[in-house]
Amino acid sequence: MSVRRYDAILIGGGHNGLVAAAYLARAGRKTLVLERRPIVGGAAVTEEVFPGFKFSVFSYVVSLLRPEIIRDLDLPRHGLQILPLESTITPLDDGDYLGSWADPDEARRELRRHSPRDADAMALFGRLMHHMAMAVKPIIGMVPPDPASLSPSDLRGLLRLGRHFRSLGAERFHALHKLMTMSSADYLDEWFEFGPLKATKSASGIIGTFLGPRSPGSAYVLLHHYMGEIDGAFRAWGFQKGGTGGISDAIAGAARASGAEIRTDAAVERVLVRGGQAVGVALASGEEIAANLVVSGLDPRLTFTRLVDAETLPAELLEGVRRYKFRGSSGKVNLALAGLPDFTCLPGPGRHLRGAVSISPSVEYLERAYDDAKYGEFSRHPYLDIVIPSMIDPGMAPPGKHVMSIFVQYAPYHLNGGWTDARREAFGDAVVRTLARYAPNIESLILHRQVLTPADIERITGLSEGNIFQGELALQQLFFLRPVPAWAKYRTPIRGYWQCGAGTHPGGGIMGASGRLAALEILRDSR
Amino acid sequence: MLKTTPFHSRTAPLVRAQTWRRWSGYQMASAYDPHPDREYAAIRNAAALIDVSPLHKYMLTGADAGRLLDRMITRDMARCAVGQVYYTPWCDAAGKVIDDGTVSRLAEAAYRLTSADSSLRWLYMNAVGMKVQIDDVSERVGALALQGPLSLAILNEASPADFARLKYFRLVETTVGGVPVTVSRTGYTGDLGYEIWVEAPRAEALWDSLIQAGTHYGITPAGVWAMDIARIEAGLIMLDVDYFSAHHALIESHKSSPYEINLGWAVSSTKGPFNGRRALAAERARGAAWGFVGLEVEWDSFERLFRAHHLPPQLSGIAWRASAPVYRAGRQVGYATSGCWSPLLKKSLALAHLRAPHFEPGTRVELEITVEHQRKTADAVVRKLPFFEPERKKA
Repeated sequence: MSVRRYDAILIGGGHNGLVAAAYLARAGRKTLVLERRPIVGGAAVTEEVFPGFKFSVFSYVVSLLRPEIIRDLDLPRHGLQILPLESTITPLDDGDYLGSWADPDEARRELRRHSPRDADAMALFGRLMHHMAMAVKPIIGMVPPDPASLSPSDLRGLLRLGRHFRSLGAERFHALHKLMTMSSADYLDEWFEFGPLKATKSASGIIGTFLGPRSPGSAYVLLHHYMGEIDGAFRAWGFQKGGTGGISDAIAGAARASGAEIRTDAAVERVLVRGGQAVGVALASGEEIAANLVVSGLDPRLTFTRLVDAETLPAELLEGVRRYKFRGSSGKVNLALAGLPDFTCLPGPGRHLRGAVSISPSVEYLERAYDDAKYGEFSRHPYLDIVIPSMIDPGMAPPGKHVMSIFVQYAPYHLNGGWTDARREAFGDAVVRTLARYAPNIESLILHRQVLTPADIERITGLSEGNIFQGELALQQLFFLRPVPAWAKYRTPIRGYWQCGAGTHPGGGIMGASGRLAALEILRDSR
Repeated sequence: MLKTTPFHSRTAPLVRAQTWRRWSGYQMASAYDPHPDREYAAIRNAAALIDVSPLHKYMLTGADAGRLLDRMITRDMARCAVGQVYYTPWCDAAGKVIDDGTVSRLAEAAYRLTSADSSLRWLYMNAVGMKVQIDDVSERVGALALQGPLSLAILNEASPADFARLKYFRLVETTVGGVPVTVSRTGYTGDLGYEIWVEAPRAEALWDSLIQAGTHYGITPAGVWAMDIARIEAGLIMLDVDYFSAHHALIESHKSSPYEINLGWAVSSTKGPFNGRRALAAERARGAAWGFVGLEVEWDSFERLFRAHHLPPQLSGIAWRASAPVYRAGRQVGYATSGCWSPLLKKSLALAHLRAPHFEPGTRVELEITVEHQRKTADAVVRKLPFFEPERKKA
């Protein structure tokens, strides 16, 4: 075993692992991050896949990065620079479009063009969602108390939550209950009549989850969008300069500035355990590194069944991990373009190209896309969330050229017959064909196409089944149930072995909250 | 009726929300979009094109032009080479600042002075007995600021000059898109950037060629709102906002010395006679009574004020310009004059005048803010200016 001994080793240099490392290093712990790939970031990386063109290969926008992390780690000093992404347009099948613009008057006027009733409802809906987001906000920032436990800290946490929910008042509590149980389509039906509006809004309820807009439970995920608005570090919704890898680099910079070491090309083979206590890690190279603590930033399946000997763990925990749902449902297509796409609904260049383009013409369209996936096929007509990062940060592509990021749903991990090169390209073709219905020149502009299926996401990043959230953000696996009951507080049954990935509370998105809460819990525990 | 600048035919159609303001009697865009987020982002990420024509501009030529300036400003003109630009304040005999601006040495005996306020009378008063020709060219010369990390790439595309070699606060006479211009590596944003001076009749052609060359680099016309956020991050003062001209002050306490507005570095202690020399030497010896510094509002204390009302923190996307008292341990020690939420630094910033000795960096003070119609204070820390200074600014 090597002579260097660390207080903490972080397995996986994804954003949560880096956040945890930065907090541990700041507290004076001798910290080492081990990343399997040549670059840090996990699913938040920028890579020059095609010469001169930089892709945010996987995750592509940021809205939820915790403001306290930005402040505590002084991320702007280390390169965090979030550029505004102002609008979303939804091209419609009749050649028109629905625009959601940054200016409230403009947004209202645009919506009134389609539905005067919805234009008025929007303001009230916005207020309700504001209150809902305020209601769940404290949950995001707390270590989940276990309602089945009688320990003083759990009871204190539950009491705090109980008081908080009582303070909401009946009306808001009822609204919150609806939001927690309904489908996003049903929930939006209570408010709006214009189909493309409901479809575009409900799309944010299905991202990263194997649910359709009519599946119960999808409404809750809508809230996440509003969380960013009320609680982001004010105007922190947008696009990181240089791509999302810039966020990982900023966090890594902060961690290094506090003394953390980061090693890339260092795949961890397993966690070394002696007498029920983690004592270090063994790398794939055979090297062994000793540490007092080992923290896994990988997802629950890898944390509990790959890195350690599963036989040493309680059967209930293993069963919980087995039941934990990944079911990767989304893919990504990144394009290098010779010029700008020309949308039939808004011809020529324009400000709409600096925002998102959502291919979500109706709730039925999305539900049919889900139907394909339900039966093991990728969507023939998928939901697309498109941005052109080079329109926001000209440095992403050579002058006059562009990069396009297309998030695609649905692409089931468990494809009938399995993913092959041919099926991947067929999936890419379906995406481009879908886009070409609204921007016919797209095919002629493509200089390079990178298609990523859930199988590719798993292969490259390690995320099990290619789930972008390290496991679905479904209610049955959130808060004190994430990843499994009784093990939601970042601990594991092995002393000195911790979890800090998005597979723990609150999980999902470039948020960093899991990494921060895990680090704070580790520090509290060792006091 | 407000005047319009030589770029008006190009800027006017772009001001989508008709958000105009006045600047030295000119009609200027506050922002082209309804809000300045994107224009500000261009300053820090790509390139912003800002019409700064309302600045007052004077051509000073003749054998004594340098002497006139040396008598007027606080910096040493003997050290200003041809092709160099000075940023400088100038004072009255009591050492109180009248205005601040730039002096560009265009040739051996030819200078251009810019100022925020009209300065013609003061120039004539100081030129008595000197061989110098003073021309107010304010309306004959248009000016554009091209500011941001990609401004260099755009100029290299649009002009034959080698801008990679143009140093900070130096100028070059060249052409842009075939239009004769003077380009100085100066600006009011604290970023890599240039100011381009053009004869008014060619102004539109200059604008068009910059837009054309800059399109692939994300060039974005930007208004005063965006520039105001950038200049606060850069710690740059503004006349009539952060300080008042000694010529317009109604009472003595409205006046400031260069030392009191963070411009002490620009006061020469070695050069010959100039306006305010004796008073400034005495002030240097005894130490300034006031300091002009940055304040960084502490987020937790700010957020707490709003949480008490079940509100998320309320911030404006536009910089504020008002006087806000600053306290230390409950006793007033000064006042802030402008501030903003910095989209880049993700911090709430202010520029403030603080009495000695409370302006030392790291001093903890309290800034008055109004929350739900009640006057409260948020904790803040004194910071040395600028808040933001990227390497590219001077590199």
